[in-house]
This record gives sequence, C-alpha cells and structure tokens, in this order.
Amino acid sequence: MLYHTSIIGGLAAGVLARLFMLRLDYRQYPTYPHDLITHVALGSIAALIGAVFIPALLFKQYTAVTFLALAAEQFRNVRNMERETLTKLEETELVPRGIDYIEGIARTFEARNYLTIFTAVLISGVIFWLDWLSAVAATIIIITASQFLKTGRVVGDIAEVVAARLHFQGPILMVEDIFIMNVGFPPAREKILAEGLAVIIKPKDDNGRAILHNVGQRQAILHTAAALLGTKRDIGEPDFMPLARKNIDTGAIGLFVLPLEKDFECLRNIIERTPVLESASRKPLDAQAGRIASD
Amino acid sequence: MKTELTKVVLAVIVQEPQLVSGGAPVFNASSQEEQERIALYLSRILNGMVHDLGNGVFIIVNH
Repeated sequence: MLYHTSIIGGLAAGVLARLFMLRLDYRQYPTYPHDLITHVALGSIAALIGAVFIPALLFKQYTAVTFLALAAEQFRNVRNMERETLTKLEETELVPRGIDYIEGIARTFEARNYLTIFTAVLISGVIFWLDWLSAVAATIIIITASQFLKTGRVVGDIAEVVAARLHFQGPILMVEDIFIMNVGFPPAREKILAEGLAVIIKPKDDNGRAILHNVGQRQAILHTAAALLGTKRDIGEPDFMPLARKNIDTGAIGLFVLPLEKDFECLRNIIERTPVLESASRKPLDAQAGRIASD
Repeated sequence: MKTELTKVVLAVIVQEPQLVSGGAPVFNASSQEEQERIALYLSRILNGMVHDLGNGVFIIVNH
C-alpha cells in the first residue's frame, strides 16, 4: 500500500510547488483567471506523471514509464500555447512586449511544469524510502529553493539608472546626447518637454552593455514602464511612443517615456526590477577575447 | 492579414512649394499656423507622425 501514499504525497507536493510558482502581479499574466485554471490543471497532470514515476519503476512497469516519458512531451505544447496567445495579443498592445519577452515567458511556463514533475518524483521517492516528515521537510526546501531560483537577474544588477535631461535640438528629441526621434509638431514638442521623463541606463560592465544592446530587452523595459506608469501614447499619437535608443559610443541607453504618473523614483525602480531576458543574456566577459577587448 | 504602408512619406506640407517636387502628395500652406494645422489633421487621418526636416518642410510618415 506504500506506493499509494507515495503517489498521493508526490501529487500533492507537485501541485503545491506549481501553485507557489504561479504569481499574480502587474503583468496580469500568467494569471488571467481562466489561465490560472489551465495552469493548475496542467500542473496537476505534471505532478501526477512525476508521482507515479518511481512506483512504476519499482514495480517493473517499464511500459508505464515509457508512456510517462511520452506524456511529458506534451508539456512542450505549453510553450507553444503561451507563445501563440501572447503573440496574438501583441497586435492590440500599444507598447508591445516584444517577441523576446514573450519567448521568455513561454519558456518559463514550460520549465515550471518540468520543475513540478521533478518535485513530484523526488517527494514520492522520499515518502517511499523515508517517511512523511522527511517528505514535508523536502517539500518545504524545494518550494523555498524554487522561489529563489525562479527570480533571475534584473536590470538593476547589470546597470545603473540615472535621471537625464530631455531636450530638443531643433526638431530632434534628445536624452542627453542620445538621438531619440524627430518630432515635427511643435505643440507635441512642448508637451514632451513639460510632461516627459528621461533616464539613462548605464551598463556596469561589458556584459551589461551586451544585454542592453538587445532590442528585445529594451522593449521589455519600455513595456514594463508603460504598463506601470501609464502612457499617453494612443492610436494616432505616435509622437508619444516610449523609446529607448543606444549611445553608440558608450553603449548607455537613453530612455524616454511620456507617463501618466510622472515620478522618476518609480521609473527607476521599475527599470531596475525589470527581468534580464534569457534571450538577451550575453556574457562577452566570459570569453578570453571579450576580456582582452574590454580593457 | 492587415497590411500597412510604413516608413513611407505619406504627405508633405510646405509653405514654399518650390522646395519639393514629385512623389508624395504636397499640401501648400500660407502660414506657419496653417502648416501646423494641416500637419496635425493629416497625421491624425493617416495615423502617421509629423517630422520636421528643418527647412520649413513637414512630412508625415507612418512607423
């Protein structure tokens, strides 16, 4: 009868781990209410697959194990599902997330299901060979560890955000010495000067510079800033599009937004806490040539 | 699928017609205010952005 308890224990631990990895925050994603149900359901299936893995092996049900491996393949579709949904929604997004951010979100979803399977396998094993108390302790450890592991690096780790002067050189909008765009309509220029916010994102080292070089990373920052501070951009108002452009000599990023809430400290906080996208992450300093080139 | 004409000069607004020729539709304005007004209307109609070329020529471009 022991394998019954180990399956149930593994299932419970897996579902619990998946619940802790679902977070409701400003992105309103993954957790549109109905998506929450989708993901809890998928997480439960993942947990069940993981929970029966060890008992199936122990009872020499190798066919069952093969089928479980096949079932795990299904979780690849989770990534596709998320990518498709978000890409479709992107069309009506005034300040888009950018394809890199979407890829990052989709990949995270897939990975979290595998983590759920892994948790369930581990806990069902612990129950089988050890006891309930160790299983509870192991669950707590895994969930705590995954809470730490799931938060990756943020822009604040790789760069410094400082306030910058927004000004016009003729019709050209500049953030310090970085060219942003040509604004031809004079009242729009006045509005931008009066209500706009500008910052410079200075990379801390060459790795940071390579990350900020990525256009998808910049779009993710802009999307987050516009989502949290609001934006005056609307259909037929391209002048107020938030933009981030690079100083081609130093690699620093000049960022311009026309927010509904003009608050520099909040903007800095938002930018510093924007995640560094996996697809943008680059480490030239890890290569010998990159290190030599950097000095 | 939606197709849009982007990165194309959709309209030109000038006070001095001799500055431009050919290509996009050219709108003549008699004063600075009129030029700005036409530019605003056209940018709203075309969903485009007004750009100033610095020589008194405004163009509308959809990005």
